[in-house]
Amino acid sequence: MLKTAILIATVLVCISMFLNLWRVFIGPSRPDRILALDTMYINSIALIILFGIASSTTLYFEAALLIAMLGFVSTAAMCKYILRGDLIE
Amino acid sequence: MRANPRFRWLPMPLHSLLLLTVWLLLNNTMAPGHLVLGSFLAITIPLLTSGMQNPQPSFHKPFTIIRYVFMVLGDIVVANFEVAFLILGPNKKLNPAFVAIPLEIEFELPITILASTVSLTPGTVSAEISEDKKWLYVHVLNLTDKDELIAQIKSRYERPLMEIFQC
Amino acid sequence: MEFWIELLISVLIVAGAVFVFVGSLGLVKLPDFYTRLHGPTKATTLGMGCLLVASMTLVTNQNGFLSLHELLITLFLLITAPVTAHMLAKTALHHKLDIAEKTHDKALSKQARKRLNP
Repeated sequence: MLKTAILIATVLVCISMFLNLWRVFIGPSRPDRILALDTMYINSIALIILFGIASSTTLYFEAALLIAMLGFVSTAAMCKYILRGDLIE
Repeated sequence: MRANPRFRWLPMPLHSLLLLTVWLLLNNTMAPGHLVLGSFLAITIPLLTSGMQNPQPSFHKPFTIIRYVFMVLGDIVVANFEVAFLILGPNKKLNPAFVAIPLEIEFELPITILASTVSLTPGTVSAEISEDKKWLYVHVLNLTDKDELIAQIKSRYERPLMEIFQC
Repeated sequence: MEFWIELLISVLIVAGAVFVFVGSLGLVKLPDFYTRLHGPTKATTLGMGCLLVASMTLVTNQNGFLSLHELLITLFLLITAPVTAHMLAKTALHHKLDIAEKTHDKALSKQARKRLNP
């Protein structure tokens, strides 16, 4: 039962990563693309956690934590860059 | 480091507790060695960094804090179900809106906590705050009644925060 | 492993994945940027929460001691999700992104961009 659940969950998360990729491609504006990339970071954490559950180790915990931190910092940095690069300010 | 004349070993007790907890969680252990190392870090880091702190209003009423945290967690679960059904439903049914919420609380930390709570709970995202920190602009995914929403945010989240920070 | 624990973990995993999926679906489906912002920031926090609680239960059950360090990721995501959403909304306001036609009080976005009172 656990194996089936992990399989279903992995498939769902992979489909949602493709949806995010689609939004990165068609995103009409830059904030849209940043939002899609940020969601992709979170989905990759979900994939790593699922892989950790499937192989029943906690080795991937640090990787997931690092990706979460990098995702937040990069999103904040890109937002700040786009904000300051604007002529309005 | 000694900005204030009286030297204190624990300038920020809450931060020290948080640092120790995070260290123990990060290593996922309760071993005595890690307890000692974590306590050492929890005492040293606040001593070195307390001078950089902005003065913020302090916390009061620990029980209100606990009740607030659990209420927000419950609201997050409810919010997720509501937003999930809204997303799965047709786009035509959505009723998005911008709403300006008048703020009564002051100071940066309470306003930050209020804005974060608003972002985490039912169908609302805080978008911007006015220069004089008196108005919070919020984007709502599905607006039913504007006045009711404002009243709900003020009574449910702002009042407890005002009690906690006593401002 | 006991049946009930396995059932609980499976349900949590599937529920978490469904929430992650709904969040990403909202990202593709909703009409304008401000509504798209609601999908990922909300649905993903609970989705990740469910997955991490499942992982915590599984490891605790396997190793025989309490394993809480997944809580750190949940806590971190809960703290950072509103910050990211707020910064993205700020960026979108400054770039004057298109707002869906039927949004109420569209004029407020101009006031918000200049950080004036309404």
